[in-house]
Amino acid sequence: MKKNWIEKNLNAFSIKPNLMEYFHERESFNWENVAKEFDGLDSGGLNIAHEAIDRHANGPLCDKAALIWLGENGEKKIYSFSDIKKQSAKFANVLQSLGISKGERIFTLSTRLPELYIAAIGILKNRSVLCPLFSQFGPEPILQRMQRGDGKVLLTTKALFEKKVRPLMKQLNDLRYVLLIDAQEDESERILSLPRLMEKAADSFTILPTDPEDMSLLHFTSGTTGMPKGVVHVHKALYNHWMSGRYVLDFHPDDVYWCTADPGWVTGTSYGIITPWLHGITNIVDEAEFDAVRWYSVLQNEKVTVWYTAPTAIRRLMRLNNEPTKEYDLSHLRLIQSVGEPLNPEAVVWGVEKLKMPIHDNWWQTETGAIMIANFLSQQIRAGSMGRPLPGIEASIVHHNDDGTVTEVTEPNKEGELALKPEWPSMFRNYLHDDERYAKCFVGGWYLSGDLAYKDEDGYFWFVGRSDDIIKTSGHMVGPFEVESCLMEHPAVAEAGVIGKPDAMIGQLVKAFVSLKTGVEPSEELKRELIGFGRKRLGSAVAPKEIEFTPNIPKTRSGKIMRRLLKSREMGLPEGDTSTLED
Amino acid sequence: MTQEQIKSAIIEQILEIAPDIDEADIIPDKNIQRSLEIDSFDFLKILMNLSEILGVEVPESDYAKVDTVDHMCAYFMEHR
Repeated sequence: MKKNWIEKNLNAFSIKPNLMEYFHERESFNWENVAKEFDGLDSGGLNIAHEAIDRHANGPLCDKAALIWLGENGEKKIYSFSDIKKQSAKFANVLQSLGISKGERIFTLSTRLPELYIAAIGILKNRSVLCPLFSQFGPEPILQRMQRGDGKVLLTTKALFEKKVRPLMKQLNDLRYVLLIDAQEDESERILSLPRLMEKAADSFTILPTDPEDMSLLHFTSGTTGMPKGVVHVHKALYNHWMSGRYVLDFHPDDVYWCTADPGWVTGTSYGIITPWLHGITNIVDEAEFDAVRWYSVLQNEKVTVWYTAPTAIRRLMRLNNEPTKEYDLSHLRLIQSVGEPLNPEAVVWGVEKLKMPIHDNWWQTETGAIMIANFLSQQIRAGSMGRPLPGIEASIVHHNDDGTVTEVTEPNKEGELALKPEWPSMFRNYLHDDERYAKCFVGGWYLSGDLAYKDEDGYFWFVGRSDDIIKTSGHMVGPFEVESCLMEHPAVAEAGVIGKPDAMIGQLVKAFVSLKTGVEPSEELKRELIGFGRKRLGSAVAPKEIEFTPNIPKTRSGKIMRRLLKSREMGLPEGDTSTLED
Repeated sequence: MTQEQIKSAIIEQILEIAPDIDEADIIPDKNIQRSLEIDSFDFLKILMNLSEILGVEVPESDYAKVDTVDHMCAYFMEHR
């Protein structure tokens, strides 16, 4: 393994990394010092929107580019911190004029348009809660999340509204308003034109007192057994955002930063909106989907210095089989970080060979709110490892005992569940309306991540797999239960069992095993029909990409689907313990 | 293969991978991925199937040239 260790020459950095000595930084770290980095509100408390935008707009950075937006068709729009302050104030005033108040949930369903980024800050200014949805969700995941999150307002586009939300309107009783980003006129008293409202709204807004523990964001994440869970975050999470921006993304004042994640997922909000702006950094947003040539051009033309991307994209770039540094001027780029799923060692090595710099993997979850474990710019990289815990974060491996307790594993290289010591500022505060599920995440003074891992002699953590059946596809979590429930609504389906099938490009793909009702014959046509059925209801991000018919779905005697067994069969592995399998 | 045949092969493959799509919603000059919500994994699959059928492989570096049905059609015509 040692050949995949990448050493760093501390004298070779043109810009000195913020974290030079890992152990020294950990020892000297304290959260009180992080607190000093923020203004706080004149009215009292701490609000993400003020710290990310308004305080910069009120100071020397007012004219600096906060957002550089690249449109799909070549347009480019630049918004200064002052512009975002005014526009987000308008959005906050719009919410206020509609009677939307503190703590109420505002859902967003949009492609990466500037309005989405402006609205995110406006929502936080109004002390409402930002709940982002991924634009490629189908109607069912949208309905589930909006109902569970008690959505009061939805910000979306005309096309997405028509296709996905209009048919749901009767089921969304709590939803008071839909704000259409691209409609010039109101459609009704409930479906309104955002441009019209923004035009008449004032461009200043005083943020009212915000308790650091007030809810700020609600992101939904998938569970194994039930429907998605609403992960509650609070304004104080910005401590971790700021701190990881300093240590992991190594922000310096002149950086130009590009996070390729969509704000429909937690990376796209924590690191695609909040963190760069907390540091007063210029943030690049590209509206278009992945295209290798386009991405290299963005890195070159926008002179990106810090790039936060994902393994799926890196593996696509590897397919290009070119010499990127000869074809593009990537000389400004000084740091690449990756998240979403473990980065395979080949990709790290590819970075060294082709991009002339290694790619740094890191680890965190929706629940942790911010990066917890990382490979740092100044530190040795062990390719395939997620790195070491950030200053202020205590991580370990725990073993589950038969009596329900856990014991910390102190022996190196021994597999167990990756656990974190509560509490850090960006730790989730609850699963919305589900205290019981939240409580189950904490055992014996540890937050249990659900990821299996081991820690080597030097404290580097290595991902092994999930302890549950959650699927990680293109870096996104998909809950098998949500997919199974949908398929079982099809009249031909008796039962369904859904697994993540390993895939070299996207990590895992969603595969469904389906048993048919008596009298229904399996056919290629039916397979296609089921794929279409899934896509229509769940959307392409969640729907199964493969269907396999099977006479029956293996279940335990108590009726639980044995997805582990389906997965072993799919991969041709030994079936393991089948003593609980029903006859 | 004629241009029309190539075009119908493209449409057939889009519908094969994304059977939820109505053929009428496939607008030849619109971005396939964006307008039809085809993710990059599915897009890759469509191109792989087409390369088998048409005998033309589209390298990753040319993906921007096959973003719409019209562009894809022209690309396959040129490279067949």
